[in-house]
Amino acid sequence: MPHYLLAVHGSEEDYASIPEDEVQEMYAATGRFNDKVREAGIWVFAGGLEPAETATVVDGTGETPVVTDGPYLETKEHIGGFWIIDAPDLDAALTWAAEGSKACGGKVEVRPFQSEPA
Amino acid sequence: MVEEAFGLRIEERLTVVASRDPSSGRAIERVFREEYGRLIATLVRRFGDIDLAEDAAGEALVAALEKWPGSGVPPNPGGWLTTTAANRAIDRLRREKLRDTKHRQAAEMYDDTPHGSTGPFDPGEDERLRLMFTCCHPALAPEARIALTLRLLGGLTVPEIAQAFLVPEATMGQRITRAKKKIAAAKIPYRVPEAADLPGRVATVLAVLFLVFNEGYLATGDGEPVRTELTAEAIRLARILHQLMPDEPEVTGLLALLLLTEARREARVRGGELVRLDDQDRGGWDRELIAEGHELVRRCLAINRPGRYQILAAINAVHTDAPTADTTDWSQVAALYDQLARLDPSPVVALNRAVAVAELDGPEVALAQVDGLVATAPVLASYHAFHATRADLLRRLGRSAEAREAYDAALAVCDNTAERAYLTRRRGELV
Repeated sequence: MPHYLLAVHGSEEDYASIPEDEVQEMYAATGRFNDKVREAGIWVFAGGLEPAETATVVDGTGETPVVTDGPYLETKEHIGGFWIIDAPDLDAALTWAAEGSKACGGKVEVRPFQSEPA
Repeated sequence: MVEEAFGLRIEERLTVVASRDPSSGRAIERVFREEYGRLIATLVRRFGDIDLAEDAAGEALVAALEKWPGSGVPPNPGGWLTTTAANRAIDRLRREKLRDTKHRQAAEMYDDTPHGSTGPFDPGEDERLRLMFTCCHPALAPEARIALTLRLLGGLTVPEIAQAFLVPEATMGQRITRAKKKIAAAKIPYRVPEAADLPGRVATVLAVLFLVFNEGYLATGDGEPVRTELTAEAIRLARILHQLMPDEPEVTGLLALLLLTEARREARVRGGELVRLDDQDRGGWDRELIAEGHELVRRCLAINRPGRYQILAAINAVHTDAPTADTTDWSQVAALYDQLARLDPSPVVALNRAVAVAELDGPEVALAQVDGLVATAPVLASYHAFHATRADLLRRLGRSAEAREAYDAALAVCDNTAERAYLTRRRGELV
């Protein structure tokens, strides 16, 4: 079955303004969702990311690698976490994404992985 | 891309056959247009690949153009085209040694098991229905849904679709290619959605057909005010959808709406100028379409699950039921707009309701309502019908100077030649 990336996008500022008890509830809901993904047998990998300010960019395309501080994209919204799931088609992936989005309180971008060469 | 190349090749072949033998050229073109959607849908189902389906369909048409002028159109032309196209597709896959992979992919993409025992459709349903849901998938951009539907189900060529929507051919070609790529890469499935998702997904399909019809009926740009090829195609596809989903009242409602609107098409434009409903020659209305539309509206009423298209159809049924403009049951029209406003509280619905109010309570009451609308919905200022309605109400109240300004405002944002001609004349007639 094809793999899909379910990437959670959001503004870290917005996240920071959410009251602590609501954040705890989001973590709990996300945990329950993760369990459900595992039980459905479609779990490949998932994880939450540290804030974008902890990111480092490496450009290894030149002769010597250039290392710079900060996220690659200078935007307000960053990827905060993701799931990789194994779903039969886009409709199934979208249904899971909707549930994941509700659980974690962020918008989810769904992208198919390139299929393996036959 | 093969598709573009074959698009031209097919057109050229048709021209050649048509010039040698006009009647068989036309007959083949008609058969092909009628069978195209089913042909593509069957091939997509079997091979799981839209590009391959289109190429194979194109090759089958070339074969038909070579054979049929001599032998005549076979008794089951759709079957002939399907068999021929499937053989060509298998040949190609064999050449490319991809057959097993493709078949496996097709089997993955195309799920024959009924989805949930509550699914309203049996697995033997028409393949075109599956393809319609694929073409109108919410994961595709709205303009791509329209283009794909016309291309794959309507059998229109890329140049025809580009011309209809006034975009360059290359842009339209890219739009379609990109959408097909997304369907393949993201694995948008070919199937009727599950019962729980069905109402939302049907609404997306209906919206596409309604947009195609409207672009035909109120064509933008400097060309013909009505593009009958688009209105006709929207009706043809709505008929197929209705045939496939006879128990979905909104599908019935949309078909009724399109038929009752189409019935007035001939009377609606005279000498390149729009003729308003109350001035139309009702003898020029198509009685057969009206009878069919009324019957469909009655069927909707019996099901009693009202929705947007059904209510719009019912409003059109009231209009087409009146032998003269004076005998229109305006209170019924206003009541239906009230019902519609509860489902869709948009300023456009409120504007249309005000037109009925003008007939019931006079232009002054209606004008006050219309002027009140723009305060809450400034977006109306860029909508020509808002200014045209105001202009007409002001004209009826004898407030010529204000009416003139309103006509100017309407003309500034109106993009249909027949409407512009009408507004220009009305403005000139103000005293």
